[in-house]
Order: sequence, then C-alpha cells, then structure tokens
Amino acid sequence: MTISARDSILGSIRRHLPEAAERPGHDGPWIQYPDPLSQFASVLEAIGGRCVRVKDVAEINQDLATFPVYAAARMMVSLVPGAGRSVREMANVADPHELADVDLAILPGDFAVAENAAVWVTDAAVKHRVIYFLSQHLALVVSAGQVVHNLHEAYARLTFDAARFGAFIAGPSKTADIEQSLVIGAHGPRSMTVYLME
Amino acid sequence: MPRVGLFIPCYVDQLYPDVGLATVELLEQCGCDVDFPTAQTCCGQPMANTGCTEAAKPLARRFLEIFRDYEYVVAPSGSCVAMVRNHYHDLVHEHPDFEAVHTKTFELCEFLTDVLKVDGFPGSFPYRVGLHQSCHGLRELRSGKSSELNVPGFNKIGGLLESLDGLQLVSLQRPDECCGFGGTFAVSEEAVSCMMGLDRLHDHEQSGTQVLTAGDMSCLMHLQGLIARQKKPLAVMHVAQILAGRKPQLPA
Amino acid sequence: MTSATAHRDHPETAAEFVANDARAHWHDQSLWFVRARRDKASQTLPEWEELRERASKVKLHTMSRMADYLEQFERNAIALGAQVHWARTPAEHNEIVLGIIQKHNATRVVKSKSMLTEECHLNPFLERNGVVVTDTDLGEWIVQLRNEPPSHIVMPAIHIKKEEIGELFHDLLGTEKGATDPPYLVNAARQKLREQFLNAEIGLTGVNFAIAETGGFVVCTNEGNADLGVSLPKVHIACMGIEKIIPKAADLGYFLRLLGRSATGQPITTYSSHFHGPRPGGELHIILVDNGRSNILASPEFRRSLNCIRCGACMNTCPVYRRSGGHSYSTTVPGPIGSILAPTRDAQEHASLPFACSLCGSCTDVCPVKIDLHNQLLTWRRELALKFLVPFDKRLGMSLAAAVFARPWLYRVGGAIARRVFPWLPRMLVYNRWNPWGRQRELPEMPAQSFRALYARRKRNHKVPSDQKPASR
Repeated sequence: MTISARDSILGSIRRHLPEAAERPGHDGPWIQYPDPLSQFASVLEAIGGRCVRVKDVAEINQDLATFPVYAAARMMVSLVPGAGRSVREMANVADPHELADVDLAILPGDFAVAENAAVWVTDAAVKHRVIYFLSQHLALVVSAGQVVHNLHEAYARLTFDAARFGAFIAGPSKTADIEQSLVIGAHGPRSMTVYLME
Repeated sequence: MPRVGLFIPCYVDQLYPDVGLATVELLEQCGCDVDFPTAQTCCGQPMANTGCTEAAKPLARRFLEIFRDYEYVVAPSGSCVAMVRNHYHDLVHEHPDFEAVHTKTFELCEFLTDVLKVDGFPGSFPYRVGLHQSCHGLRELRSGKSSELNVPGFNKIGGLLESLDGLQLVSLQRPDECCGFGGTFAVSEEAVSCMMGLDRLHDHEQSGTQVLTAGDMSCLMHLQGLIARQKKPLAVMHVAQILAGRKPQLPA
Repeated sequence: MTSATAHRDHPETAAEFVANDARAHWHDQSLWFVRARRDKASQTLPEWEELRERASKVKLHTMSRMADYLEQFERNAIALGAQVHWARTPAEHNEIVLGIIQKHNATRVVKSKSMLTEECHLNPFLERNGVVVTDTDLGEWIVQLRNEPPSHIVMPAIHIKKEEIGELFHDLLGTEKGATDPPYLVNAARQKLREQFLNAEIGLTGVNFAIAETGGFVVCTNEGNADLGVSLPKVHIACMGIEKIIPKAADLGYFLRLLGRSATGQPITTYSSHFHGPRPGGELHIILVDNGRSNILASPEFRRSLNCIRCGACMNTCPVYRRSGGHSYSTTVPGPIGSILAPTRDAQEHASLPFACSLCGSCTDVCPVKIDLHNQLLTWRRELALKFLVPFDKRLGMSLAAAVFARPWLYRVGGAIARRVFPWLPRMLVYNRWNPWGRQRELPEMPAQSFRALYARRKRNHKVPSDQKPASR
C-alpha cells in the first residue's frame, strides 16, 4: 500500500522539525494617533479614496446629491437604510452574476482602521459578497465610533464565527502593472467613498 | 598604550601601500603601539566568498595564530574585518583563538570611534567629499545606519571625516547602494558589476563630489578603474589617507 | 517552458539585459522608485523594526510546530466545509487541480496571481488538457498574452514598456493603434477580463496566509481580481505552499502591516480577503503543496527562507536584479530569494544564481521577515562548492591563491614580480578578452614598493610624530 501524500508530507515535516521556538505575544508599542478619524481620512485620500464625515443618513444623501457618480448611476444597490436608493433589491437577487450591471453600491462597513484606511466588510451584511468587488463604484458607511488605531486592534476585535467571508478594503481597485503608473479602477470599483457617520 | 596588530589586507599591501602607511600614522597619532606582523597575507575572504571553504580554512587559522597576542587587531577595510568578525565562525569556530581574535578585530574608523573614542582629527580638507558606504562595513559591521533600517541615524566614517576643516560631505541620490565590486563578482558578473559602478559614479558626479572616498580600497579599486578608463574628473582616496592629512590629486 | 531550451547562466543572460543600456536603466529606476516608496511607508511606523522581529519570530515558531499547525488548519478548514488536498510534487498538485475541474466538467478557469502555480507550471499543464486558464492580475495577464513567465513576483510585467503593451492590446483586443496611455489600456483590459470573470466556471487563487486557529486563509490583491474570480463561480480552488501557515488570525496584524508597505509602499493591499469555508452553495478546495519545502525545514542555514511572504522587496532593492531583469534568473521566483529557493530544487541548473550577487546585504536589511538572504546566498556557494558545482576555473583560481597566501615568501615574491612586470607589459597583453576586469576598467597603477617594504623602512628610519594629537572625548 502506498503512503498518502498527506502522511508523507506530515512525516517529512516531523522528521525535519527545527527546535522549539516561542511564539511572541500580540501586545506591543503599536502606533496610536492623536486623531484617528483624520488619520483615516488622510490615508484614504492618499490611496485614492474619498472620506466624508457625516452626522446622519440625511447628510449622506446630501453628499450623494452632489456626487457625480450618484447622478450618473442607473443601477444601484443600497443596504444602508435611507442612504441613496436601491434600484435592485438584493433580496431578490438569486445569482451573483445578476449584479454585473450595478453602478453604485452603498453598503455598511463594520469598522475602520486609521493606520491604513481599511474598512472591514463581511458577507453577513450582504447576500452576495461579489457586490463589494463587482459594483462600478462603492460607498461604505462606517460609524465614526468604530475607527481603531491600528491593525492589531482590528484583529483583537475580529472573530470569524459569524461570517464566512470578510475583507479589509482600502480604497478603490487599482493597478500599477503598466510601467508603475497608478491607475484607479483595475477590475473592481473605480471609486470608493467612506462615510464616517457620527 | 593599546597594542595594535595591524591587519593590512593583501591587495592593500601590494597595491595601495600608502593606505597602510596612513593607517599606521593615524593609529600612532592616537597613541597606539602599532605592530605589523609580517607573516600575514590574506584573511581568506576571496576563497570563502567563492564557496571554497577548504581553501579558506588554513588562511583563517594562520590569521588567528598571527594575531592572537595583540590587544587589538585593526584593518583599514570593513570587508576584511567583516570576514573575520562575522564569517570566521563558519570556518574556524572550534579554534582555541577564534573567540578572542574575532571579537578584538576592528575596522579602522570604528576602532577610532568606538574603542579610542576619537571625536575627530585636526587639519583641513577643503573639498566636496563623496563617501561611498562600503556594504560590508555598513551592513555587516554597522559602521552607519543603512538606508533600509528604521533606526536612529549614525555614521562613524562620515563623523570622522566631517571633523576636518572645510570638508563637505555631499548627499547622494542613493546613499548606500553597492558599487558592484563584490570580489569575484566584479569579474564573473562583469556587465552588471560595471553598470553598478558607473551608476555610483554618476550619482557622485551629479552630487558634486570632488574626492571619492570609502573605508574599503576594494570598492575604490573598482570605481577607480572605471574612472581611469572614462577619464572622469574624480580623485579617489581611502578615508585613512584623508584623515592622515594627504592631499588629493585633483585634475588640473 | 525552459526545459526545452538550453540552460544559460546568469552572467550571460544578465549581460544581454545590460547591453540595452537605456532599458536596463529604465528598469533599475522603476524598481528603485518602488524601493523608495517602501522606505517612506516603513518610516510612517515607529515600530517597524519591532514588527519585523515579531513577524520573523512567528514564522520561526510556526516552523517548529509546522505539522501540528497544518493538521489543526486541515481540521478547522474541513469543519468549515472546505475540502483539503495534499500534494508532494507539482505533478500531484496539477493532477488534483485538473481532477476538480474535470469533476465539474468545466473548461473556463480564472486565476489570480499565485507564484505557487507558476512554480508548478500549472497553466501549460491545464492548457494541454483542454482547460482555458485566464490569469486575471493585469500584469500576469499581460505576460500570459505574451507567452512568457513573470519577471517579478509582485509586478509580473515590470520589464515591459507601455508601448509594447499598447501594441499587444492593439493586436489582441483591438485597442487603438499607437495608444499607450495606461488608464486607457487598463480600461480595455477591464472590459475584456470582466467577460472572463462572468463566464468562469472555476476560480483559482493562491494563498498569502493560512490560519491554523480558524481554518481560514487570506488572499491579498490590489485589483480585486481574486475576489471577483472566486465570488462569481461556484467553485474556488486555493493553492498554497505549506509554509503559508500561521498560528493565529491575530498574527496577521504583523504580516499585513509589513506586506503592503514592503511590496509597493502601500499601507495595506487594497483587498485583504479572509475566506472561511465555501460560500453558500459553493465548493472550496484547498491544496497544500510541499515540493521540497519540508526538506528545507531541516536545514538551519536555509530554514529562514521559508519565512518569505513574497513581498518582492528583496528584488526591488537588489542592485543586480534591478539591472539584470527577472528573466535573467531563468527561474519562477527571481532575485535574491529566488536565488536561494531555485538551487534547492535543482542545484546544478541554478548553480550560477548564488553568485549573481555582490553580497551587499541590502536584501537582508529590507526583508520584512528578517531572512538573512545574503548569508544564505553565501552558504549556497559553499554547498555548491561541496557538490563541485562551482566552475572549475573559479575553484582552481581560489586553490592557487590559497596556496600562495599560505606561503608569505611566495606571496611577497609573487607580488613584487607582478608589480614590476605589469607596467612593462604591452597593453594588449593585459587588456584583452580574457581579462573581464579590463573590459571597462583600468587595473590599478602598480606601486614600486609594497606596504610591508615601506613599513620595514619606516620602522628603521622613522620616529613617531607627536606634534599632531587627535581630539579625544
């Protein structure tokens, strides 16, 4: 009988294991910002995103009214109650391919990270996770009280039991694969707006 | 009076005798009792860096035996000192003299700065000086902060140079990129090596260097070779020569 | 793709790249620009060096318990509904992938960038078996369309000029003739690749980090291509080298902070996606590949090379890589880390790579997970010498030199003769094609006397000058 690849690999690893080495803990001198919200906003702008501070949903709608993407968008999905309008109801979408024509998605973000302008999103909040990537433009709404300083604080609050899929999204899709010229809008959203809501 | 065994790399001995003399003068000025043991030849670095460990080992053992009785071993070369300090372990760690010798071997500028606590030298050198940070001095001996690391800045060689009146260190576009010498690399990868060297020279020319210096004559031999072929208006001096008061041979 | 052609050593392929001076300098400057961005990004975090230290320690710890962590990962991944496969070799890996594709009667696969599948030469294998694979990372797609391997692990098309991409897209996508504007070209690719995403039956990705504690894994991209590729089709195949395992999700704090900043100078990659099990109604396959990694684990000298998180920083900083181009290495992963990994697979074929290095050590200082790259390259040289894979002339030269250096009298006399004879030799005897030093460089001027001769004379005649004492603190 031949030994399985699994047992053979694990056996080879066990034969070759180096001596024990301790695992470092997670506490450390990790950066804290005097004003994490403005840190978040400035990093987001530096990576090609747009940060708008709002008090409530009404202010989101005020901003959308002046946002050219919103004016031009025909197909929209909003999963933030009261923010923008939903042309297509996610609940009625059976196959994610049906979302191919979405111009703008307005979606909730769980929390945000000041050091790198990343927003944590999950598939618990949306029916089809592809919406985060397939929509031509993306707007995420995050509570201003949910901005942590750094990624260590972010992982300290993450558990992976509720959602099967979660992602940090930091800015619009981009590429620099042609001569290192930064181009916004590679395959995913061509713009990313984050509404930090009081 | 610290008793210093002078370690003069083989190619400096044969090709750049004045660098050795300048080193002797500096150490004596600083109150050292300097001795040059004549049995020394080569530390074994060319062999070790080519992978020829067995050829390098006898030279490393010779080195330990020649230098074991000195209080310090000092060389005007970061690269050869890095060989002894960082890489002899792989060759001769079981030798009874290994531990003592490899910890008391110093590159000239770090010896002046760290052991003798010299702040600077009298004299003037009214020129724009381009300091080539030899990689082994910089990244193996930590003679300064390399541009990759995020630690507080320091530069032992630059600090000594700047103590001279009128000396102006130029700032380069790429402060510590390799010159492309790299021992046998200079020959086996000739094309890349020379491109690297020419790029360093271009940076120095753009930055206004008049006198190009370094703690290692090997890098300078390569760069000088390119300068001489291209007849570039750059003078080349080892840092020991500048500190010891030599004057540059600038083009008229 | 390389097996059919005669293997060529790095000095030869590098010299060809360098021969086009303008292009070599353009390449060097493009990558130096990325290195400079990395410097700037790393300087925004005062804790940078601490992060490097921690990340390296996590990796070393993980290696010391790698089998346990892989088993834990497997258990947790299966509990989440994933199917876990193991592959010893590229051939086993490719067969597993093909088996999954065939089980679904599928022919259209979209793939996001995975150096592991490059290592396994998966694309040509699948193509031979009637599968249409589309690489969806823009740079990877460009090199796929040009039918060549990537030249960099993060920026696969860094060696290609926008004029060449414009021409390629004109021929294949019908973009305007002569159009070279990157946004225009990217948009054309976007349109074309959207069709591929929407039509794909299977999405294939690499894995940046696999988490033992949770059974999930993380894939990082800037374009969002991995997410599009695995969120539309029902089947997701994730291929990972076994060294991608980390103990806990919280360890990602170290790695994701280091990865983007080291790779491109970004504070984090645009998308850092965490997959835990298949999506509802979908299928998730995870393939764990060894391909020599478990052997490296045994070696104290080379073990740390398994720390690698494939950020590419060692390539961007390497003065040799920047000037010789990724293809000059003739291996999947080029540059310093590639020159360590390739000889573990085939020491003879890749024997020139550990010598494609001036031992400057910049890679070691730039590495976010503290791989002592230049020391490992030096160790490889020793290994190659033991295997008699160092060229004979080099070995002979070194043995002769060592024999001379072992005899001070011979060294002294030899040096004296050389110094006297050289200046009298006709130039053509010194500067000819057998002297690579002298092709672009002059030899040093030969002094009349050696240092030791001058020192001996000085000792006889000279008193120490005591008028000039240095300042002391």
